[in-house]
Amino acid sequence: MKPLLVVEDLRIAFPNRDGGMTEAVRGVSFTLGRERLGIVGESGSGKSQTGRAILGLTAPEGRVSAKRLEFNGVDLLRCPPRERRELRGGRIAMVLQDPKFSLNPVMTIGDQIVETLRAHRRVSARAARGRALAALESVRIDDPGRVYDLYPHEVSGGMGQRAMIAMMLIADPDLLIADEPTSALDVTVQLQVLAILDTLVSERGMGLIFVSHDLRLVSSFCDRILVMYAGRVVEEVEAGGLTNAKHPYTRGLLDCLPRLGEARHPLPTLDRQPEWAR
Amino acid sequence: MSLSSVGIEVRDLRVVYDGFVAITDISFRVNPGESFGIVGESGSGKSTVLRAMCGLAPRAAGNVQLVGAGGPSPALPVPGSKSFRRLMQMVFQDPYGSLHPRQTIDRILAEPLAIHGIENAEMRIERALDEVGLGTGFRFRYPHQLSGGQRQRIAIARALILEPQILLLDEPTSSLDASVQAEVLNLLEELRGRRGLTFIMVSHDLAVVTHLCAQLMVMQRGRTVEALSAADLAARRVADDYTRNLMEASTGFRRTPASLGSAS
Repeated sequence: MKPLLVVEDLRIAFPNRDGGMTEAVRGVSFTLGRERLGIVGESGSGKSQTGRAILGLTAPEGRVSAKRLEFNGVDLLRCPPRERRELRGGRIAMVLQDPKFSLNPVMTIGDQIVETLRAHRRVSARAARGRALAALESVRIDDPGRVYDLYPHEVSGGMGQRAMIAMMLIADPDLLIADEPTSALDVTVQLQVLAILDTLVSERGMGLIFVSHDLRLVSSFCDRILVMYAGRVVEEVEAGGLTNAKHPYTRGLLDCLPRLGEARHPLPTLDRQPEWAR
Repeated sequence: MSLSSVGIEVRDLRVVYDGFVAITDISFRVNPGESFGIVGESGSGKSTVLRAMCGLAPRAAGNVQLVGAGGPSPALPVPGSKSFRRLMQMVFQDPYGSLHPRQTIDRILAEPLAIHGIENAEMRIERALDEVGLGTGFRFRYPHQLSGGQRQRIAIARALILEPQILLLDEPTSSLDASVQAEVLNLLEELRGRRGLTFIMVSHDLAVVTHLCAQLMVMQRGRTVEALSAADLAARRVADDYTRNLMEASTGFRRTPASLGSAS
């Protein structure tokens, strides 16, 4: 089967203070089928920038280059802006970290979902409302009619994130990029939201890129994990085989988490080696 | 009695905002030199308990009292007094929000000293920076020039510069990367050992809480759901369903048979 997304030698550079460019992502390559891929790393590792570049959301001063960046055979870096706009939100969608900041605060949740839908599909206002309600229901919101008319500040974090997922899925994308979709949520709510994402992804046969700093969470959720450090992929592991991870960074990252019922005082810390970043 | 052994007792604490009861009758006692954890989800009132203890939230009813090795003593400062505040300091969750963006580290650390009229600020600032492992090179930088972990060290230094006996920690590591979290937890533990500090730590992460605290309390909707020891939790001896849910959730995502079925 042809892969959904091909990324080869992706590089993203930003201007630094000395007038030169600093590479935040330095030659990332991977292919994605209709599967769940996790990208894990610490802040500054380039994981979010990788996700954003696929959508074309890199900040204007950043420079993106790649040998190949193809979505379903479309060359994302060379296609006309109009085509890119249609893909974004239509066939590639993104769920962001915190619904408090990523939803429009002065628009009701229902109107925002309808706006997304009508940006990509020609549907009547009435049909759009119906589909928005159905989308809210599909993310297990009990009373979609009520939530439709609420503003983002009137709902909880978990509810807001579900509304965001509903909005991202309404145009039926083939690829969903989720950038820390549950980091702002409580643990129990986190699992509910993940269960919803999981069902939707498997029912619709979407590809999912799950960007997160939480190695354990990602390993319990994804099929495959890319571990990023200083702008590079240092290791690729099968989700089940996390304990067999070889790279000292991956192992160190796993090791420094406190665990229930294990007294390790002091905790091991990460001894960063300069060659990891090379 | 020396000040090196102060604990705290909270009895029937209640916090009310505009008729909404945020905290209902919370009681616990932390003996001198011990660490106590408060676990719960957002909105459970765990941070409000800390804030009410140090006077940042209004107390509608109940008592907060310092206790020495032999129990409560009239010689210990009463809540609200300047000496009480000096003994009890707080470290906040978000080091990006809790440090003044337009003040240098030097000024941030000098302010509590000025408020409490403490002499030789110079030396104390240098020592405080040293203690949190930053060194004096950081003294004249601004918060935006530091990483998240370094900022949280500054927040800890700011709390410690008054030489408090009790440290209130409100999710001190939840906005940090895992490796940095380990470093900050180790630092807290080391400082506790060196100074005989009493910790009260709020977190949503059971593993982090049990790492530092031997006793903990689970809160939900402003009430205590369960009080237990870290050993109980590790051995899964929990009485309440809510605690069990939290414990299950902390092990990660698990595909239920239902969602597996729909995948095929």
